[in-house]
Amino acid sequence: MKHLSHICKLAAIALSATLVVACSSSSTQEDQEAAAAAAAAAAAAKAAQDMAAESAAAESASAADAQREQLMETAEAYGNVFYFAYDSSTLTPEAITALDAYIAALKTTNAFIRLEGHTDERGTRDYNLALGERRANTVRDYMALNGIPASRIESISYGEERPVAYGTGEVSWAQNRRVVLVVVN
Amino acid sequence: MRRFATTVFSICLLLVAIGARASDLTIEITRGMDDPTAIAVVPFAWQGTGAAPEDVSAVIESDLLRSGQFAPVARGDMLSMPSAQTEVFYRDWRALNTEYLLIGKMSPQPLNGLRLDYELFDVLRQARVFSGFESGPATDARMLAHRVADKVYEHLTGIRGAFATRLLYVSVTRGQDGAKDTYRLTMSDSDGARPIVLLESREPLLTPAWAPDAVQIAYVSFETGRQAIFRQDIATGKREQLTNFKGLNSSPAWSPDGKTMAMVLSKDGNPDIYLMDLATRSLTNITRNYAIDTEPAWMPDGQSILFTSDRGGRPQIYRYDLASQTTTRVTFEGRYNARARVAQDGRNVVLVHQQDGAFNIALLDLVTDRLQILTSTQLDESPSIAPNGSMVLYATKSDDRGILAAVSVAGGAKFRLPARDGDVREPAWSPYLSAN
Repeated sequence: MKHLSHICKLAAIALSATLVVACSSSSTQEDQEAAAAAAAAAAAAKAAQDMAAESAAAESASAADAQREQLMETAEAYGNVFYFAYDSSTLTPEAITALDAYIAALKTTNAFIRLEGHTDERGTRDYNLALGERRANTVRDYMALNGIPASRIESISYGEERPVAYGTGEVSWAQNRRVVLVVVN
Repeated sequence: MRRFATTVFSICLLLVAIGARASDLTIEITRGMDDPTAIAVVPFAWQGTGAAPEDVSAVIESDLLRSGQFAPVARGDMLSMPSAQTEVFYRDWRALNTEYLLIGKMSPQPLNGLRLDYELFDVLRQARVFSGFESGPATDARMLAHRVADKVYEHLTGIRGAFATRLLYVSVTRGQDGAKDTYRLTMSDSDGARPIVLLESREPLLTPAWAPDAVQIAYVSFETGRQAIFRQDIATGKREQLTNFKGLNSSPAWSPDGKTMAMVLSKDGNPDIYLMDLATRSLTNITRNYAIDTEPAWMPDGQSILFTSDRGGRPQIYRYDLASQTTTRVTFEGRYNARARVAQDGRNVVLVHQQDGAFNIALLDLVTDRLQILTSTQLDESPSIAPNGSMVLYATKSDDRGILAAVSVAGGAKFRLPARDGDVREPAWSPYLSAN
């Protein structure tokens, strides 16, 4: 069971590791195996795990494995994407539950995180840039209020420029109104 | 290694226009105005040897057709094809109910030059209205044709033509199999022809804006990993990063005198409008508000700035007066009015208006406060008005693809400029490229 979960993690790590591996001078055999596993797992994996995996892969080899594991488990359990209602930056109950778990995990580490705010395509692009930032800042403020120093959190807004679903309609829009939490290192 | 990758990426960014694939735009006329003026644009006679460098008459004809104000006579219907006044038989054109007739000659000039001589006739009055010529490099044949179209348009409508202008837009090719999208900042002629890629990036590019002299442009790029405002010289490709603040760095808008750039920064906590003195780089915050303040647009006199703010709960347009430092609300109709752009007359404003769930382009008359909806699709945005105030170019969606479309301010005329592939968005119509 433990072994299986480890494989899952490796696969997840590798999902978006291709870029990181390509750029890293210290790519270990493990990284390469992970990259190979990624190709097989990519199709099945959820987009939510994708970004968490990238953050994990981006962590330096010197980071404490146990701490990373706890963050990874949090990401696996809750995902790292928090969704919002239209033109809203209010946290949903699901987002708060997930964030509480992240906050607990982050308190055991010195990890830095990046919050990427996104919107759906409705409304103007520049207003949406501002709205995406407002969403990211809502998450930041909640984390800061609960003990994660704001200095460890960077927010960036992509507005409507980086949709995960390209279609027109609420099914696509709901997936795009989100904040993605990425562990930087 | 990582540094190397970054360097390679930077070099890629600098290889502008070289080998980069530009999105070709095509033109589809959706509808013209009622009762357009019938005009015959006879193929210009080529005075050189070999094939003519360009079908300039087709370019002129397409310009006049897109305006919605003219109905060109089909070439196949023409009973004669004069290229000089002595060859004009008015009865040939009266038979086709033609009101005006444009004829001309295209001649090679020394040093790869080209000259277009043209004459416009009023068929009913049986008189020559005016004649003239345009000359320049043969490689600019299309631009010479647009200048002829400008002159014809001005003589027949009393309004300066805006065909000899350019467009900026962002085109996006979606990444395949999880690869990142490719963003291209592209410049084309006003009819979408001759696209040139000015910048290509794997990170988002947005909000292209023209300097008033049309020599430089500004835009927002995510290439540094966060938002930054850049300016770029079109001819040399030389770029300069103007901002690198934490948070938003967006919505660059050049002042009419070119000395100041309005922009949106959230470095102090929330999005506010700032003015950057481009000579000294000093910043002045002109909005101090806990709401979102964004999308600045200068009034043509440079005395005030329109912007979008949700300080009243929903996005609406406000106006900041530089002298008195006061802010007044401009829009009251509807729940959502955003991203204003002002015509050169300082009276007509185009903006994005939401009604019944649809986002449309609307025209607001600042004198009468009348708001008129110009478009009828669902997700219309990024309006940009021609320098002569006649047409509004905007972005919309068709079959889940971003396309450009245009509508005449007077209503009626519409055309679309879909790309052959990928999405196109955020059109910015250039100022006039010459003084007259």
